[in-house]
Amino acid sequence: MSHTTDDRARLGLRESATFDRQTIAAIHRAAETGIYDIRGWGAKRALPHFDDLLFLGASMSRYPLEGYRERCDTDVVLGDRHAKHPLRLDIPVTIAGMSFGALSGPAKEALGRGASEVGTSTTTGDGGMTPEERGQSKYLVYQYLPSRYGMNPDDLRKADAIEVVLGQGAKPGGGGMLLGQKISPRVAGMRTLPEGIDQRSACRHPDWTGPDDLTIKINELREITDWEKPIYVKVGATRTYYDVKLAVHAGADVVVVDGMQGGTAATQEVFIEHVGIPTLAAVPEAVRALQELDVHRDVQLIVSGGIRTGADVAKAIALGADAVAIGTAALIALGDNHPRHESDYRKLGSAAGFFDDFQDGTDPAGISTQDPELAARFDPLEGGRRLANYLRVLTMEAQTIARACGKGHVLHLEPEDLVAVTIEAAAMARVPLAGTDWIPGRT
Amino acid sequence: MEQVRAFDLRAIPLRDVNSALHAPDLSGEFVISHPDGAHSVAVGMDAAVKVTVDGHVGYYAAGMNQQAEIVINGNAGTGVAENMMSGSVWVKGDASQSAGASAHGGVLVVEGNAAARCGISMKGIDIVIGGNVGHMSAFMAQAGRLVIRGDAGEALGDSIYEARIYVRGEVASLGADCIAKEMTREHHQELEHLLKAAGFEGDDTSTYTRYGSARSLYHFHVDNAGSY
Repeated sequence: MSHTTDDRARLGLRESATFDRQTIAAIHRAAETGIYDIRGWGAKRALPHFDDLLFLGASMSRYPLEGYRERCDTDVVLGDRHAKHPLRLDIPVTIAGMSFGALSGPAKEALGRGASEVGTSTTTGDGGMTPEERGQSKYLVYQYLPSRYGMNPDDLRKADAIEVVLGQGAKPGGGGMLLGQKISPRVAGMRTLPEGIDQRSACRHPDWTGPDDLTIKINELREITDWEKPIYVKVGATRTYYDVKLAVHAGADVVVVDGMQGGTAATQEVFIEHVGIPTLAAVPEAVRALQELDVHRDVQLIVSGGIRTGADVAKAIALGADAVAIGTAALIALGDNHPRHESDYRKLGSAAGFFDDFQDGTDPAGISTQDPELAARFDPLEGGRRLANYLRVLTMEAQTIARACGKGHVLHLEPEDLVAVTIEAAAMARVPLAGTDWIPGRT
Repeated sequence: MEQVRAFDLRAIPLRDVNSALHAPDLSGEFVISHPDGAHSVAVGMDAAVKVTVDGHVGYYAAGMNQQAEIVINGNAGTGVAENMMSGSVWVKGDASQSAGASAHGGVLVVEGNAAARCGISMKGIDIVIGGNVGHMSAFMAQAGRLVIRGDAGEALGDSIYEARIYVRGEVASLGADCIAKEMTREHHQELEHLLKAAGFEGDDTSTYTRYGSARSLYHFHVDNAGSY
């Protein structure tokens, strides 16, 4: 129906808030297909987020730094608690784990190129490490996942850090999923799977179950790699306070907390939208756990899930993160959902700005696909440049805010620099509602 | 003849032992005594050497082994030979759960019994168990062969891919998509070879049943929803 809002008002047409058009379409789709909707991307619903926080720039009571003349450093060290070789990154923005399989080879190469150009890390995903990815990534974090697809000790030794993945924000408690369209001969070979099958990988690790076992597992990984590499533990944000405490007890050097806005290559819509907690709610819980254990800033915290701007970076850090990770935003920087592909998106029944069918492998941008023709559309050199540009912008934006708050390093940002514009955000972030000294549930 | 190098884990920290076993150009033979249930003994080996562990070991003994021939004169805890790539691991006693988990290659022999999830997620390893295995063994097993000379617990081979399972005794129940399959000449020969390599050459292969994937769940379809 092409009625405008005015038309609908004149005709007395009223849309149900409960059964709106999207809900009606979803019910029709379910009734016609008999199967749940699977898609990529993260939670699309409106959630309390970093937009609901504001910085208190310096004025009389605080002293700002000169925007273009005074230093504001951005370097960060990750994993110096136990590892002989911690990661020393130039910026506090890293690239989140995304698999070769979910993404094309050239897209993974571009992530490595872009990250390396600005001195930060990228991360493998379910399915193992490709030589192209290792070759193009100055710092590469190797994910250790329940499926153990492509997992081998040679790659473990080649990695700069190891990330034990317990879950991700888009689907805490869920395993991996890669539909047959994307199980190409190379992907199948790397994962020891028959070509073209619908791959649903396990949600639990095969050889450990609880936090005590994880302690032993982390020690095994350290022994195998001679205590050289930082060990990260990644959790999807749910019971974050407890999960972070247990991860620290198990020996994690770095804890990665991924909120429900964090992306996925393929997950059930119901899972993406209804399981997990928002990133904003998770960060203070993680920080509280670290502070109570007296390891805040000693065990580093990486936050992901909906990071888009330098303001988001600065706010996550001000709340207590040491770095952030970006996934969806990195893909957009590479060219995902770009208007130049509008006509192709239309052919797929989507549109630029809406495309989330990463599971189908039909991505016109050539990023979330294993189709050689589509993948060939994507230029890894241009993609890498675009990503590097975007990472520079995020960093400069975060520096702009940090200087305005009088900080000589972005990591000096603190909760005291923040206020909230909604009561929900004030309660979740544990900062005062703007113009008041009220923190709901606290003061 | 090269000398046997001895490590006494009551006298030398595990870190030093594993570090010594990771030395470049490693050769020869090694004996580790008094493991006393220690975890991560002889993990991350990548040399064609022989390591004998005299005693019981904890979790992940011989984890991610490459090339080495490792013998454990005792029982092994959870995840023995997990993610092994090549070489062999021989447990003279029993093994706890997740023996050979996710292993890509090599041979694991357990002369006694193995607990739950034996061969879970296996990706090419050959496993021979002298006795019984616990429940959920060969869960999501992708490739390789699992030979069980005794009985298997519940849900054997649940969601199995292309791994092959041979069982001589009783199977409490089969998991989703796992079915009994015909033993052709190729399978008898394969089984005979595996048993011989594990020192059980006297077994009559005709007393074994082969199990594998029905391949009916390889593509997600709503009609199969009840099978999961």
